[in-house]
Amino acid sequence: MPVTVNVPKEKWAGKVREVTLGATTDAGGTRKKTVTVGGESTLPFLTFEGEMPNPPVIAIEIQDRYPDDWSELLLTAWDGVVNNAAEWAQKAEEYGADIVALKLQSAHTEGDNTSAAHAIDTVKAVLKATGLPLIVYGPGQPEKDNEVLVAVAEAAKGERIALGNCEDKNYRTIVAAALAHDQLVVAKTPIDVNLAKQLNILISDMRLDLDRILMDPTTGALGYGLEYSYSVMERLRLAALTGDSMTQQPMICTVGEEAWRAKESKVNEGVPAAWGDWAKRSANWEVITATTLIHSGADIVVLRHPDSIKLVRQTIDDLMVQ
Amino acid sequence: MGLSGLEIYKLLPKTNCKECGFPTCLAFAMKLAAKQAELSACPYVSDEAKAALEAASAPPIRLVTIGTGENKVEVGNETVLFRHEKTFYHPPGLFVRLKDTLSMAEFESAVDQVGAYSVERVGIELRPDGLAIENASGDAATFGQYVAAARAKTDQPLVLIASDPTAMAAALEKTDGSAPLIYAATADNWEAMAELAAKHKAPLALKNDGDLSALASIVEQVKGAGVEDLILDPGVRDKHDSLVALTHLRRLALKSSFRLLGYPTIVFTGEGTDSQAEEATVAAQHIAKYAGIIVLDHFDPATMYPLLTLRLNIYTDPQKPIQVSPGLYEISEPQPDSPLLVTTNFSLTYFSVAGEVEGSGRPTWLLVVDSEGMSVLTGWAAGKFDAEKIAKSVQQYDVPSKINHKKVVIPGLVSTISGELEEELPGWEILVGPREAIHIPAYLKTW
Repeated sequence: MPVTVNVPKEKWAGKVREVTLGATTDAGGTRKKTVTVGGESTLPFLTFEGEMPNPPVIAIEIQDRYPDDWSELLLTAWDGVVNNAAEWAQKAEEYGADIVALKLQSAHTEGDNTSAAHAIDTVKAVLKATGLPLIVYGPGQPEKDNEVLVAVAEAAKGERIALGNCEDKNYRTIVAAALAHDQLVVAKTPIDVNLAKQLNILISDMRLDLDRILMDPTTGALGYGLEYSYSVMERLRLAALTGDSMTQQPMICTVGEEAWRAKESKVNEGVPAAWGDWAKRSANWEVITATTLIHSGADIVVLRHPDSIKLVRQTIDDLMVQ
Repeated sequence: MGLSGLEIYKLLPKTNCKECGFPTCLAFAMKLAAKQAELSACPYVSDEAKAALEAASAPPIRLVTIGTGENKVEVGNETVLFRHEKTFYHPPGLFVRLKDTLSMAEFESAVDQVGAYSVERVGIELRPDGLAIENASGDAATFGQYVAAARAKTDQPLVLIASDPTAMAAALEKTDGSAPLIYAATADNWEAMAELAAKHKAPLALKNDGDLSALASIVEQVKGAGVEDLILDPGVRDKHDSLVALTHLRRLALKSSFRLLGYPTIVFTGEGTDSQAEEATVAAQHIAKYAGIIVLDHFDPATMYPLLTLRLNIYTDPQKPIQVSPGLYEISEPQPDSPLLVTTNFSLTYFSVAGEVEGSGRPTWLLVVDSEGMSVLTGWAAGKFDAEKIAKSVQQYDVPSKINHKKVVIPGLVSTISGELEEELPGWEILVGPREAIHIPAYLKTW
């Protein structure tokens, strides 16, 4: 007896906003291409009941000083360019990144404590070296972040760069800089649906257009809280699709930073033999963290290893096939 | 999917005989609906009513067991689409495929390697679940011989892969009642395969070429032949189609109560992928999204360890966070004069703090207090992470014998307890550390 199966389909009322990074010459910038993320009206890749107009994209993290706390494996992979942010950015573009995520680590007050003027020079050099859209992160200290990001926002006027991180503590200054100079912000909150929503509300209360906000719900690496990020992101995406306006921002995940902080990737001394080959294991650590978060709604994954680009791209391409 | 009290009442004898221990049939029905009574308490219930009630109380996705004894794998019985809605219950079994065209020596060494592999994470021992042996030779006797060789070496559950029922029969003869998964029955051979499943009391996988209606038809036929422990292979292999098919199957079972497809699934991650690294990404996808059994074509600790870790992460009950064991942790070989930091045993708190301390490169003692798995602020608010607990842990884990100073750094979020802690730990200096783990490296530099 033949059986007929009717597959259930969800009817989603909401949709993720589209956010465009970068501006070409016609739009007042100098980027060779722009990148648009978001726009989903369905859960990741379930295109039988909604649309996913833009694939998730890959950003490569670079720093403006020799990253002496990075794993040897990363330093070897980027050999020759890690001392120069502009060359590094160029290499990242060559390897197939969609976006360059530049961290102004040298501005850290406990490190080189470089000035805002130095940050401007770095950003200008990187913009010149690559045609990709840019995300610029401060050193991760709210006050110093304000100082360098405000200067960078002005210097890169028209380029539609994303400024990060815009957090509970310093969102006012960063948002004001984005407003004044037509940039975007990365709104970061610690693994919590309501905090993420709240920060989006605070930012939009300052009149920054919602198509200029990326949200970073905080990434936990594989084995280090991945499941919390995974579920918070699924909840945010479900809220977005059911029509909760203040959760409808594209999501960005700092996969590389977290995955390469894990002991499993970082070092190979005194670790159990059952962990297997170091290079393969650490590659898996970054790529599996990225893959899993892409399935929970990541729109941008920021990676560190050049070899990860190809594998994550392959995953995205295969999942986007209709 | 359970029936209401009134629906159950209609199926009962309505004689109010009280033999079940309840005053009326209606009262008994209400208790049944609330799962506070067993139907067997009614001596007069009809077989028809019994069947209807059992069917209604059956889980939407059947729990299927592969193998026997302590290594058996149970999959299915899932109740949600998203882990945050409740939890995922039965982690997918990870099996490694070996073909009977390998030399016997290679085969046996691979069996040993998979069987011996085990890795520890947060105090939990993680292992792959078993082997999938494929009749690639096409020869029934060879298949039987390889399966017998595997059985001689391991008690891990097996998946037997063959399309020829004769080969399957030969292999099953060598499995002495160990309930391997028979892979697979198709529209062409289901009668013979179902007969073997019934004879050997083994679970049976059903495979189709991507059409869920046709798959449901085979399920109906196989169930008609009396085989109930089923695993489904919707037959698609690429990443997108597999995600869609497994999502459909999970939704059909949970949202549409479509019983013919209410079974766990099996996926083959080596099919359609070009490398071990790519296979790992597909396995990751299926750990997150709805596989019951994952058959890998590569075995390598560098891949197995991250996949086992992912499985542990995704199948952690969101309502019961994993706790780390309380105690005094040594990070980067601390000396007696190294700093002493205190935190809770909520796994995420511990990993954030330990990760930052490790990243800083500074040798440090980390005292992890038993806050019953609560984070710093929650634990403090609930009285599980207060001055008394911290002081007790300092003594319990013999901290004074390990360090030559009397300074303890507490999380910035609970700076208010420093006064109380001074009283609990006379002679100690209480230092207030950063509020966020991310600022620990900077703080440690000031030490």
